[in-house]
Amino acid sequence: MIPGPFDYHAPRSLAEAIGLLGAHGFDAKLLAGGQSLIPMMKFRLAEPAVIVDLNRVPGLDGVREQDGQLVIGALAREADLEQAAVVATTYPILLDTALVVADPLVRNLATVGGNLAHADPANDHPATMLALGAELTATGPTGERTIPIDDFFVDTFTTALEPDEILTAIRIPRPAPRSGGAYVKFERKVGDYAIAGAAAHLTLDDDGRVAAVRIGLTNVNYKPMRATQAEAALLGQEPTEDAIRAAAQLASQECDPSSDLRGPADYKRAVARTVTARALRRALERARAA
Amino acid sequence: MRTVPISVTVNGEVRQAAVEPRLLLVHFIREVLGLTGTHIGCDTTSCGACTIHLNGKPVKSCTVFAVQADGAEIRTVEGLEQDGRLHPVQEGFWQEHGLQCGFCTPGMMMTAVALLEANPNPDEAEIRRAISGNLCRCTGYVNIVKAIRYAAEKMRQPEVAPAVAGGGED
Repeated sequence: MIPGPFDYHAPRSLAEAIGLLGAHGFDAKLLAGGQSLIPMMKFRLAEPAVIVDLNRVPGLDGVREQDGQLVIGALAREADLEQAAVVATTYPILLDTALVVADPLVRNLATVGGNLAHADPANDHPATMLALGAELTATGPTGERTIPIDDFFVDTFTTALEPDEILTAIRIPRPAPRSGGAYVKFERKVGDYAIAGAAAHLTLDDDGRVAAVRIGLTNVNYKPMRATQAEAALLGQEPTEDAIRAAAQLASQECDPSSDLRGPADYKRAVARTVTARALRRALERARAA
Repeated sequence: MRTVPISVTVNGEVRQAAVEPRLLLVHFIREVLGLTGTHIGCDTTSCGACTIHLNGKPVKSCTVFAVQADGAEIRTVEGLEQDGRLHPVQEGFWQEHGLQCGFCTPGMMMTAVALLEANPNPDEAEIRRAISGNLCRCTGYVNIVKAIRYAAEKMRQPEVAPAVAGGGED
């Protein structure tokens, strides 16, 4: 399959990249890892007139801890998350997530930033970033602004980014003591999108009760979503098996999956319940061990 | 159609061409350079038949534009054999019957070579994870895993066989 024709630009600075986006508006698409964009272009689901290749812009790669936050650059690949020691030790939910994105070959190119900015409700990082309460740095012609992850996903394939803004960094607060998180995805086969996925991140207080909890869900709504009713049911409670099951049941009711080739909506609700419970159990184990 | 000049080092040789921006890297490799060892299978980023090394990392060349590879180092299956001697991974696929129809084999071997260069002694689970983006519809993977283990062993003791020029490294 041959993508439609386009003009190609490979800017050498962020300012140049933003200028190109500003000049071409909605006709331009940003190319980072390309692992979602290029397949869409081959199917002619996307036919941008202009491609702005971000890969030659310096300073956007890397995964590092800085000022009590994990900073993931716009060009950090999924494979970079897999290999970063700090991710395995301090942010294991991110490692859970990276390891189930597509397959290892795709992960050598696919970027974490692209996984978010593409805003596909089937992508895995949105749920995890919702659970982690990430903050996104958007850079545009007038400088940087911060977008809380809760405000980022506007619609299917649509984010709060302006056409001339670039998602330049993802910032994740270092988890409080006695915190743990996990991502659980149920998929038909390696490399597929989730039938349903759940990311859970929670913090325990001194009595072992849930002091904070956030739950994100994958591929069971028109856009990435938090299971806020499930969160509310757990907050302040002792995280017993019964409490976890009750919260997972709420998550399965508040999501809104569509029937498609991955199964009917009712089945996806059942899977959402199961993965939510599994993610909460694993998050709890990690919080108790932290 | 406007073309863009690119210069790519392919299997150690500098290759230059003017390409349409929409030309996929796999088409550049096969049709412009004539290196047809790299296969096109699914064309949808699933099967891994088109796996090549881009700056040392295995990627699916059907999901990269050739213009993105400007200035890059590329290795294809044709670059594995050195001085008429098979790469240990190629030898492993031969010895352990790691293929039947052979269509997935070039991509499978490129992934295997990258794995062994990063991890000289992978266990079976690590091998299976590494090749999880390469689909084989003939073998059931059992002999592919054996072939990669054969190569791993061979590459870990490169100096034992005096006939292996370059010590099995490249």
